Amino acid sequence: MSRAAATQDRPKQVYLPHRAGLPRLTTYVATLWSRRHFAAELSSATMRAAHTNTFFGQFWLVISPALNAAVYFMLVNVIRGGSAGPDFFMHLLAGLFAFTFIQTVVTNGADSVVKGGNLVLNTAFPLLLLPFSALRTAFLRFLPTMGILLAFFVYFDYFGPHSDSCDAITGACSPLNTIHFSPVQFLAIPAFALLFVFAMGLSALMATLQVYFRDTSQLLPYATRIWLYLSPVLYYADQMQPWMLKLEVLNPLFPMLTVWTDTLIRGVMPSTAMWLGSCAWALGSLLVGTFWFISREREFAVRI
Amino acid sequence: MSHDEDEMVIPQLADRVISEEIAVSVSDLDVTYRTTLEKRPTLKQAIVRMGRGKRSVRTIEALKDVTFEVPRGTVLGIVGHNGAGKSTLMRTIAGIVPPTRGRVEVTGRTSTLLSLGVGFNRALTGRENIVLGGLAAGLTKEELDERYEQIADFADIGDFIDMPMRSYSSGMGARLAFSVAVHLDPDILLIDEALSTGDAVFKEKAAQRMQELVDNSSTMLLISHALRTIINMSTEVIWLDHGKLMMQGDPEEVVDAYTEFVHVKKTTAAMNDM
Ligand SMILES: Nc1ncnc2c1ncn2[C@@H]1O[C@H](COP(=O)(O)OP(=O)(O)O)[C@@H](O)[C@H]1O
Ligand SMILES: [Mg+2]
Repeated sequence: MSRAAATQDRPKQVYLPHRAGLPRLTTYVATLWSRRHFAAELSSATMRAAHTNTFFGQFWLVISPALNAAVYFMLVNVIRGGSAGPDFFMHLLAGLFAFTFIQTVVTNGADSVVKGGNLVLNTAFPLLLLPFSALRTAFLRFLPTMGILLAFFVYFDYFGPHSDSCDAITGACSPLNTIHFSPVQFLAIPAFALLFVFAMGLSALMATLQVYFRDTSQLLPYATRIWLYLSPVLYYADQMQPWMLKLEVLNPLFPMLTVWTDTLIRGVMPSTAMWLGSCAWALGSLLVGTFWFISREREFAVRI
Repeated sequence: MSHDEDEMVIPQLADRVISEEIAVSVSDLDVTYRTTLEKRPTLKQAIVRMGRGKRSVRTIEALKDVTFEVPRGTVLGIVGHNGAGKSTLMRTIAGIVPPTRGRVEVTGRTSTLLSLGVGFNRALTGRENIVLGGLAAGLTKEELDERYEQIADFADIGDFIDMPMRSYSSGMGARLAFSVAVHLDPDILLIDEALSTGDAVFKEKAAQRMQELVDNSSTMLLISHALRTIINMSTEVIWLDHGKLMMQGDPEEVVDAYTEFVHVKKTTAAMNDM
């Protein structure tokens, strides 16, 4: 067995009392980066473990969001008492898939450190890898849903009813269909990048919260459902009550999902205010979430 | 306390080289745990407390003013009653628990084998746990590929290696944990009560592997309830009592003093009962 004999090869560590403060960020980020494979492996292994015991296996990654979307579409259509067109259907799908990504990040992120149990107690490593691994898992679950979305998009673009197709005899027109490919859709990539950065901070924030308040994960199913109803997913933003619209400055997902569905589905350029709002929320979440986590993480070992 | 079960004999310690160089230096170390009074801290309780305007934090002084040095090549045994602070000391040296006061200097890479084991996620297979433990500890994928076969061979648990760890017996889990820790090629090996598990054949193998590590001039810190093992393996022993360092020195002497202390306390307690 080879062994580094020279003394200078041995890293020297000095451990001093912990203050609620940030460690040297350059060192921290370097270690985080050098151990990134851990986060990747953890998320891959978790995905494998989650899908080995079921009959459809990995297909559930496509089946379950599709079923989810079908349920919501029926629900919303029944409530509206009419048939919504392809525009709305696509709006709902895109919004729901992005929202599910955030919801998965929140739920798995909250558990990431507390469920890390023995590893956290036995190994010295940057713990931020745990929520980031949950983020990767959520992203891998999100990717197949974009396949579903694309399939519908192609279908509506080529075969969907067109807005001018009215029945010659009854005069009834099919619901509006403006689903067409457009260059603006490329802006959905930066729009999602903002959601991703927002989710990064959120995963760290939820993990920290869960260490200090074990009720967090119990409250999450309700909190996320309310969040969904308050976000422009099951309806269009312009269908909101005026008083509600005022409150939406407090909802990070309002600008983010607006930018997302505007670019991806409607192919229109979102307003500058929406872009700026999204950037602010993304950056704010990243800074607050990760810095709070990092400044506390050495204490986690004595609290879980 | 039974001294003879779980014993492990390492054939020869006399000719080992203890260097001048210090591997671990602990000075004026205090470690205080701050736990909330409740077992599981919850939001509800936090809100109730905020309402009453008080914070119920319980402090546990696990280590008090501990100072010692470990030269490279030492096998340092640590003895003390349950709750004396042995595991806390190791976690501090491993950089997992921060000192409350004082300073800990560690030269070299540490590998921990604490009693809780490597199988941190029991839904994952042994193989996945090995890879994940190694990556978290800072090994590269290439290093892990190199060592994976050695680790699996050494643990010798057959096809179980590709099964979820929740299907393992406790012995299998311990074998895997031991195997991982001693194959990480650490400069400083920290072993917390993990030797006592496993059958006679595995113990024999484990003892041999430890000897190899010792021969390679690894520094080793060892916690075991089997005092015979401590005497046989250590070149030096420290004794902790309620977080205080009581004694440091020759293994036989320290263990003798410790057993006498435990014995005296037991008899006085017994007499007080009467
Ligand atoms: N995570 C923790 N949170 C709070 N108190 C702890 C924690 N771990 C250990 N302690 C306390 O610290 C003291 C020392 O524990 P430990 O180091 O595990 O002792 P030993 O390993 O010698 O049995 C004990 O009183 C124990 O209750
Ligand atoms: Mg212990």
